[in-house]
Amino acid sequence: MKIAIEEVEYVARLAKLTLSETEKELFTVQLNAILEYMAQLNEVDTSAVEPTFHVVSHHNVMREDEVTESMSQEGSLGNAPDEARGCFRVPRII
Amino acid sequence: MHRLTIHELHDRLSTTEVSSVEVTEILLKRIREVDSRIKAYLTVNETEAMESAREADRRIAAGKCSQLTGVPVAIKDNMCTRGIKTTCASKILENFIPPYDATVVARLKDEGAVILGKMNMDEFAMGSSTENSGFIITHNPWNLETIPGGSSGGSAAGVAADECIAALGSDTGGSIRQPAACCGVVGMKPTYGRVSRYGLVAFASSLDQIGPITKDVQDCAILMNAIGRHDSRDSTSANLPTPDYTRALVNDVKGLAVGIAKEFFVEGVNHEVEQKVWEGIKLLEDLGAAVKEVSLPHTRYAVATYYIICTAEASSNLARYDGVKYGFRASGSTDLAQMYEDTRAQGFGPEVKRRIMLGTYVLSSGYYDAYYRKASQVRTLMKNDFVKVFAECDVIITPTAPTPAFRIGEKVQDPLQMYLSDIFTISANLAGIPALSIPCGFSGEGLPVGMQILGRHFDEETLLRVAYTFEQNTEHHKPSPGLGASG
Repeated sequence: MKIAIEEVEYVARLAKLTLSETEKELFTVQLNAILEYMAQLNEVDTSAVEPTFHVVSHHNVMREDEVTESMSQEGSLGNAPDEARGCFRVPRII
Repeated sequence: MHRLTIHELHDRLSTTEVSSVEVTEILLKRIREVDSRIKAYLTVNETEAMESAREADRRIAAGKCSQLTGVPVAIKDNMCTRGIKTTCASKILENFIPPYDATVVARLKDEGAVILGKMNMDEFAMGSSTENSGFIITHNPWNLETIPGGSSGGSAAGVAADECIAALGSDTGGSIRQPAACCGVVGMKPTYGRVSRYGLVAFASSLDQIGPITKDVQDCAILMNAIGRHDSRDSTSANLPTPDYTRALVNDVKGLAVGIAKEFFVEGVNHEVEQKVWEGIKLLEDLGAAVKEVSLPHTRYAVATYYIICTAEASSNLARYDGVKYGFRASGSTDLAQMYEDTRAQGFGPEVKRRIMLGTYVLSSGYYDAYYRKASQVRTLMKNDFVKVFAECDVIITPTAPTPAFRIGEKVQDPLQMYLSDIFTISANLAGIPALSIPCGFSGEGLPVGMQILGRHFDEETLLRVAYTFEQNTEHHKPSPGLGASG
């Protein structure tokens, strides 16, 4: 066993997911099976290998600082679950 | 009429033998007749499709007809379509109506293509069978009890069932090629950076790529001409000269070196699949290609590497679904933190939650080096394997998937088994190289088998050339699934 149910609960908190008891148990079993399988990567000697995070060369793409058309306030708020006075409205924060 | 390819239909549209309005009506009728059995579509865009068809007919009458003008196509539901629901087959985006078009959609519209609708998929493109859709299960037109593959299962099934002339899919680990193989159609994942991802809902940003799913290789080249070029709105889009992909359609493979990697013909590969792919390789050899055995020694680590990297990237990309700016919001939460957690718990399906959990774990403090960094290092080794092989080969040929389409329900309880169905396709995403799946025969049960052709970075042309030659010398792409005739 690589992870216990407490770790599943901890990761769920990090991921901002509420899990049911059934989900916690199922994920503990399934994530262990998957992590067990992933452990085979330890067979590979990578001590002198640079990681690849992206296959294309990374460089900043710049453009001229010119004003172009952007999305309207109406378009931006069009899908909001709740809005008020041109802003996104959310439940109480503090 | 619904059976036509893009180029066949274009010939009839440009000579006004048929109008776009007529062909669009025929396809909408076809969807009404067969989609209750296939369930390829999440949204049928009837009103707007007819409007675009009328507009296309005006363009054709004015003599401004490109290859795609008036041609009805379908789009996987993870590409933004202005004013048309884009759900990613997820409850969390059930009512999302994008205020803009993805670049690929805008380019198809510029050409005058008719957007018929949005295709079913695994939720957020996470899956290999389309069973993870939050809404419906798509059936394989060749056998309704089997899966169409995934995650672009709706797009592939829709093309195979003649419910659209062609479609766009997206491919993060095989999501264009594996469904194309399962449904007996052509699917290509272009080189990473070849097609703009602007407006594609992100799953794993270093792996995702949009590509065509078509009835033949010529159509694949035609769609690539429309979508395969630089876009300043995607910073990873390659700023390279764009070839005319249709010029690569040459019926000749003489002198090309075809690599056969022994790691792709191993235990666990279905015997019939192996046999059909070998027959395909033999044919290319008979046509003048030089076949040589090569080695991609890190292939066996592809699945483990991929599922660490893609879940890590997904856990980060999917953090944006918080119920604030768009999409579903859980009701009844009294504070913001609870609202986030409830929204995500109720909005995401089981596979998406599993991957967010896995991705969050492999990135979490204390495990980052052991999993994410390690996988990224193995990714380098896999990429280097390809560099070595492509120094002596023009293409590599493998089976697209280890088995023909499996039965609906067969693997849903065992995520790891489901992940292993991607074993031959994910290397291309990890290395960023282009790869194409082409029909190469049928199993004894009458299910299509796909052959995968892998190529060098930005060398889609050689893939198209090999695939075109293969197609011109075989009949595998000609049969259609028996769903009853119409139109």
